[in-house]
Formats: sequence, C-alpha cells, structure tokens
Amino acid sequence: MSEVYLNGVFAGTVDTGSSFTDKLRQDRRAGLLSGEMNVFFDQNMDQVYVETRRGRCRRPLIVVTNGMPALTDKHVKQLQKGESSWSDLINQGVVEFLDAGEEENALIAFSDEELTPEHTHLEISPIAMLGVVTSLIPYGDFIQSARLIIGSRNLKQSIGLYAANYPVRMDMDVSLLHYPQKPLVTTEMHDLSEYNAHPSGQNIVVAIMCYKGYNMEDAVIINKGSIERGFGRSTYFRPAVSSELRYSGGLMDTIGIPDKDVKGYKTEDDYRLLEDDGIVYTEAKVGEEDVVIGKTSPPRFLSNLEEYSLASNIRRESSVSLRHGEEGVVDFVVLTENEEGNKLIQVRLRDQRIPEVGDKFVSRHGQKGVVGIIVPEANMPFTSKGVIPDLLFTPHGITSRMTVSHMIELIAGKTCALSGRYVDGTTFSGEPEEAIRKELCELGFNEKGTETLYNGMTGEQFDVRIFVGNMYYLKLKHMVANKIHSRARGPIQLLTRQPTEGRAKEGGLRLGEMEKDTFVAHGASLLLKERFDSDRTIVPVCEGCGILAIHDAFKDKRYCPICGENVEISDIELSYAFKLILDEFKSLGIYPRLILKSKY
Amino acid sequence: MVHKDLAEFEDKLPLKLLQEIEELAPAAKLKKIAKKVLEEYEAAKIDAGEAVGLVSAESIGEPGTQMTLNTFHFAGVAEMNVTMGLPRIIEILDGRKSIKTPNMEIYLKSPYNKGKDIREIALRVKETSLGDVAKEFSLNIGDLTIDVVLDEATVKLVDATFDEIAKAVEKGLTGVSVKRSGNVLTLKLKEKDETKGLNELYRVKERAKDVYVKGVKGVTQVLPVKRQEEFIIITAGSNLKKVFELDFVDTDRTVTNDIHEIRDLFGIEAARQAIIDELFKVIETQGLNVDIRHIMLVADTMTAGGEIKGITRYGVVSEKASVLARASFETPIKHVINASLKGEVDKLNSVVENVMLNQTGPLGTGLPRLVAKREE
Repeated sequence: MSEVYLNGVFAGTVDTGSSFTDKLRQDRRAGLLSGEMNVFFDQNMDQVYVETRRGRCRRPLIVVTNGMPALTDKHVKQLQKGESSWSDLINQGVVEFLDAGEEENALIAFSDEELTPEHTHLEISPIAMLGVVTSLIPYGDFIQSARLIIGSRNLKQSIGLYAANYPVRMDMDVSLLHYPQKPLVTTEMHDLSEYNAHPSGQNIVVAIMCYKGYNMEDAVIINKGSIERGFGRSTYFRPAVSSELRYSGGLMDTIGIPDKDVKGYKTEDDYRLLEDDGIVYTEAKVGEEDVVIGKTSPPRFLSNLEEYSLASNIRRESSVSLRHGEEGVVDFVVLTENEEGNKLIQVRLRDQRIPEVGDKFVSRHGQKGVVGIIVPEANMPFTSKGVIPDLLFTPHGITSRMTVSHMIELIAGKTCALSGRYVDGTTFSGEPEEAIRKELCELGFNEKGTETLYNGMTGEQFDVRIFVGNMYYLKLKHMVANKIHSRARGPIQLLTRQPTEGRAKEGGLRLGEMEKDTFVAHGASLLLKERFDSDRTIVPVCEGCGILAIHDAFKDKRYCPICGENVEISDIELSYAFKLILDEFKSLGIYPRLILKSKY
Repeated sequence: MVHKDLAEFEDKLPLKLLQEIEELAPAAKLKKIAKKVLEEYEAAKIDAGEAVGLVSAESIGEPGTQMTLNTFHFAGVAEMNVTMGLPRIIEILDGRKSIKTPNMEIYLKSPYNKGKDIREIALRVKETSLGDVAKEFSLNIGDLTIDVVLDEATVKLVDATFDEIAKAVEKGLTGVSVKRSGNVLTLKLKEKDETKGLNELYRVKERAKDVYVKGVKGVTQVLPVKRQEEFIIITAGSNLKKVFELDFVDTDRTVTNDIHEIRDLFGIEAARQAIIDELFKVIETQGLNVDIRHIMLVADTMTAGGEIKGITRYGVVSEKASVLARASFETPIKHVINASLKGEVDKLNSVVENVMLNQTGPLGTGLPRLVAKREE
C-alpha cells in the first residue's frame, strides 16, 4: 500500500507505488497524460508524489529504455530537414522534462557510450546543465564553479547593445558600447542565443605581467592608444522626467521658463539653455545644476497669510536640473501624456564615457579589475614583433583563484588571431588545449603562449618571457563617473544640523561609532572634538535655572524664558544633537538643567 | 624589612620586586640595580589618560569577530561536549548564573589515579536516580501501589545498598511511603483519593524514576580520561562542594568551569582568576592572541565589588555614575526617566558623555588642564 499525494495533498492509496509510477510515466509518454505532469516515488516512505503545479524547475532529457535512447538517427534527420519539431519529440515521448523530484528516480547518462540497461535518461548535451549565460563562458570545465558563477554574473552586467531600438527608448541608467565585437573564442551558445548579433565585449591583447605595481590588488593597466582607438568607449543614457501635475482648487504646474519673482528662482544663467516652451533644445551641452525642464508649481499652503497679502499669487520653482557633478548632452526630447492625462516631458541625456581610472573591466572568467592607470602607448611593453598589449593583468590574480579557463582562452584567442578562425571553447566539448598549443607552435609562436617583451620606457628586454595573447574583455556598467564623491562643506539636515547622507545629497562621509573608538584609543581627544564639530553650535544658557536662554537679535537682548532679563546668561558651545536631546527631554516633561562652571 | 641600600625605593617599587633584587643581585650593586629597575618599572607603567578600558574592549572585541560562531569542541570522541567560542565568551562576560555546559575536571588522589577501577570510581561521582538502578516498575492497580524491582548488579556498581536506596526514595519522594522486601521497593500513596487514584499513581511512577539515590547531585555524565600520566574524571554538570567531600578527590587541582560556584566556594579572588582562565582558554583554542592584561582588566571590573557582575546593563554598566553614559548603552528611556525622578546630576566626568556634548573628555590630549590662575 503506497500513499499517493497530488500536489502535496493526500489523494488515496495504490497497491504498489512503483508500478503505479511506471504506469503514469508510460501514459505521459504516450500522450495520455500532460507532459507537464511529473511523478516521484519515494521508496523509503513508500509514497508517490504527483506534481502538476507551476513554479517547478524542469529540464529536458532523452528517454532511455533498456539502454537504448529513444532518440534515433531517423529523428535527427527529420529535425534537420525541418520535418519534425521539438514539440513532436515531446509528444512522441522521445524527450521529456523532469522536475527536481522526478530526477531523484532517474539515472542519467552523460553520453551514449556510457549507457547501461539501468539508465533511464540520456543528457541531450552536457552543457544543458548550465544556464544560457553560463554556457557563454568558454572552457567552463577548466574553472572553479564559484568563479564560473561570478563570470556569468559579470556577463549580465557588461555593456553592449542592450536593445536594437535604443534610439527611441527612454531607459533609466543604461549604457551602450560603441564598438562591440564578436568573441574570438566562442561556444555553441553564442550561435544558439544569437549573442553574436549583439555582443557585449571586445577582443584585446592581454599580457599577464606586473608593471610598476599599478595593477596590484585586482587592478588592470590599460594602453592609452587602445582607448584612443575605441576600446571600452561607451555612452551613458539617463532621462530627466517632469510632469504638469494638477492640484486641488484648479491649480496646476506650468512648464516654461520661470519668472524672476518666483520663489526659489535660480540665476538667469541656469535657465539659459531653455527654449520658449521651457524645455532644453536637443544637442545642448548641459553641466551640473543646469535646468533641463523649467517648471513652476502653485504655493504649497494656500492658507499662509504671508502669501495672500502679496497681490500676485507667488509660485514655487520646481524645475528639473542636473545633479551635482553630472554632465552630458541633450539627446532626445519627448512630450507626451501620462496615465492621468497630465503633460509629461522626458528629456534623455547622453554622456560619452571614455575609460578612465576606476572603471571596471572583466574577462569572462570572473576576473574583475578596475583600471589602475592608463599608460601612454609609447611606455607600454612591446613584443619582438612590435605588438603592444592593450591591457596588463596581474599574475597574482590567477594562482589563488585557479581560473585555468582564463589562461586557455588567452592561448586560444592568440591562435584565433594568428590563424584567422574562431576557436570553439564550449564547456565539455571545446577544442582541446593540446591541439591549440600545437597549432600555435605551427604558426611560429611558443606553444606556451609566452613571448619576449621589452620595457616600453627603457627598451630593455625583460628577464622573463611574458604570457601574451588575445582575450575577450567586457566593460561593466559600474563606472566611476557615477560613483565618485567627495565633500568639504555642503548641505546639512534640518533636524540635527549634521551633514546629509549619501552621494545623491552631496552628503558627508560618516565617522562612525567604531571609528570614534579608534580616536579615543589613541587619546586624540582634541582631534576627535574637531571631527565632530560639524554640528557645533553656541547657545545662551541661563545660569539661574540652567535652561537654554533666548537671544533676541532684533533688540539685541538676551533673556531667560523662566527667570526674565535680570539674570546671568552665558554662551556655551555644544553639539546641536545634544541641544536637540535637551529639547526632547523638555517635551517629555523632564527638566534638563545645565549647571555651568568655568573651564579654567 | 628590606636592605638598607634599598630603603629609598620602598615606596617606589613593590615589595616583592625589592625582595627579588636583594635575593638575586650582588650586595655591592644593589642600589645601582634598583635604580635601573625603577627606571624600567616607571617606563612600563601606563600613562595617565590612556583609554585602557576601550583598548581592552577593542583588543577582545576585534578577535571576537574572527571567531567561528557556535563551535563545539570535540577533541577526539572521548571528550565531552563543552560550549566554546563566542557563545562561551558571551556567557562568561555576561556573568550568567547558569551556564550552558557546566563541567568539572576531577583529579584523583594517588592510588586512585592510576587507572585501576577508574570506571567504578567515576560512577560513584555520577548522580544516580531510581530509574537507573531499577529493573522494573509495576503498577498494582488494586491497592494503588508501585513495585520497584531493583537491579542488584547496578546497585552494587554505584556503591549503594538496598536500604540506602529505600531511604533516599522516601526522602526524595513526597506523599509516598516506602517498604522494602529484598530487592523490591513498594511505594504506597499516603493519601488515598479514590477519584484520581490511578492518575496520581502514574504521576508518582514518573516522578519516582528521577528520584536521586546516590552520587553527586547535578553530575549527569562522567568520563574517565587519561591526562599525561594519570587518570582524571571529566563530568558534565558541576557540584564542586559535594565532590570535595569524596575521599578520593584531589581537592588541590580539581576545577569547575562554573564561575559563580567558585565564588561561592572560594571567594571573589578565585572567581577573578577563574574568569581570566576561562576567557583565555577560549581565546587560545580559537588560535587567537589577546594580551592577558586586557582580560585581567575585564575580570577586575567584573569582580571589583565582591560580586560577579556581567558586562550588561544590569551589571557593570548599571554602576556608572553618568546618566548619559548609562542611557547611551541600552534602555535609554528607563535611565533618563529614573534620573529625572531622582534629580540626578551628571558631572560629565567620563568619555562617553563628553563625546555626546562634543567636548574634550578627560582622556589623552583632553586631560591636561591649565594650572596657573589669573590674578584677580
């Protein structure tokens, strides 16, 4: 007696679980049951689980009976001729999808050579166990699995041609590579996924060597000449959006150049790029804080007496301008309506991004690095044939990470460049390393891929031979221009008078609790005080009652709210945060009394 | 009394050091050597205004971040399961009354530590309950009694007699009278309540299984282990006082890891040393290196009041003079409200308060004050 569960709910019992399971599978292959149904027999618990729900991860396998795969040459020929299709194979029970549960009951062979009568399924291709992106990485069977995952993650972040209709799209935060290239070392997946139609990297010459230490700790050195020839050049798009909102009382925003008497009016210079409709013209060069869309809004609080007394209804400035440190060119302007029927203006800004120190580059093997220095071509090392590498990668990055595929790609890429053909580096079935080495040797190069290099600055020959070859490199969307941040003085928070937080608000870099401790541990009291002076304030304190006194700047008089004018009032220096906590105590009905004493 | 050449150093150097100089140095050079020693001694002293507490906290806290969380120590199969790593450190520093895995290392006196009959000796330490020595519990529903059949071999093994067991059961099980005939104990309910008689009998049976009969209370497991040349007994559960009453125990070397037990038995100085030893043991087994003086400082603060106080808001922190310092640690509202009810005054004498006000505290460069007074 075996229990049967349908989608996790007890459905009934059957005499023998195994034969019931077999029957279900036969019916599924015969087309009597849905191909989306999976069944799993748990021998230990003597339970059968039938699953038809959505959300199960399933993968296709070739059915095997008595050691013979159901897929025959006849099927293959029909497929090639286009006489049958994938769904035909499923309907005929030649191929079926297994979920995680049913996989437990299956014995899957990697290749048809190792098939035995015990096997139930045959792998269509070994790369089927990798995802689409992961199988884009060449020689994935020569790399740590962790690095392979990092490599596939990097691929997703690489800049390429993200959409063919990009000129008419308003995407947030996207980049476009100017000169994408097909990779020299390919995999089967490059053809299957049509990656070659929209590649996201470039083939460059890589030398694995150190050079003045500028590529230590995962940095890379880039040839300035390569950049000038277009390596890693990309465009960054960001839209500025604004809409004319309607408010209660028939009031609404107006898009246009704000009048000078508008509250919060910037300088005339800030509005110089706006046309009469209040929107910038295309191809205008805009810099930080320049207004892109001019807009005014009605006053926030109508009941405010001050606003009423002035004859004209003073409006608020609410234009969209570029953020601090941002620049670009106006690329594209769209005027439309949003869902509520309000006027919507979208302005796309474009900015050319030439590789600079701090931009992130990776190979396809999880070997990331930021640009450490850009070296003039004349100072780069060169080979005896005069080849100058585009990028110098540190040898220390390879040993501990064990990315052997990185080095195989380097040799394979070199062979490609010299022989004028593509190398297939598909995981588990790529061209063997030995063959590539042999071909490289026949092409007149050292089969190890090493070459004699000369110091670009002195012309001296290097003592060791350097590993040089061609690789496919990707530029990732993380660029310094979007991340660089510094502050000396700047905006502060209203409540605490401490500096704002975050790059977007031009914020300060916090000296936190633990950092404070290091100052204390060194006994650097005076330095610590100076660091925390950002919210320093001077407040008058009544010496009679110990509460904060009031300084009336108009009359230039000081008085205590409790003791009046005839009392000693002294100024003390405090952090504003502490003044705030005193106020909070007062609001709780606690009387915080300051007892003053001369410091000296 | 020290040598006359050393008299002038008497209030400058510790007595122990002076005695050592007198003992080891040639008599003619006493003064010269003492002078050099004084120089070194002064140089080794910590300067005024050095933030020793914070440096200790950082020195213990930073290696703590590298510790493997929740490590249990299995040095071979024949070791007992002892809490180690971060959980143990937290346990010690919190000054917990009941610890997760109390254990003892019992050293034995000379003839017993040779390994002969070590299992039998160990079993005498272990707490034995009625359930352990009984072969059978049978309920007599008719007259509401329980017959407990004792296993003679096990009773002998734990060094007990039937009479002893009968007495212990009578003492440990309330509301029950015990009669013995041979190796059978008959338990009878004293009060007869017909309505719930059977239920009560069942409950008594379950209770009877856990009744203490022999051995050291609290010791749930014993394990004889060979340490160097002798055999010792490692126990799970700790009861040092009762163990010391056993005649075969070497009371000089036997230890427990329960710090509160040490304090109750030997006093606060021993507890301080126990804190140092236990903390150091954990840090050492994790392969970390923390200067012992940092640990000593922590142990000192924890035991300074004669009681073991944890580094918690109920322990050491609650004794801070400053309201603001206490409030900045944990439960600020509680501290501020209580301070306002009592009208407490914060003298701003310590570091935390002064950082809050952004003033220089009495620390490092903030310590020196202007001594000269302006003429009035």
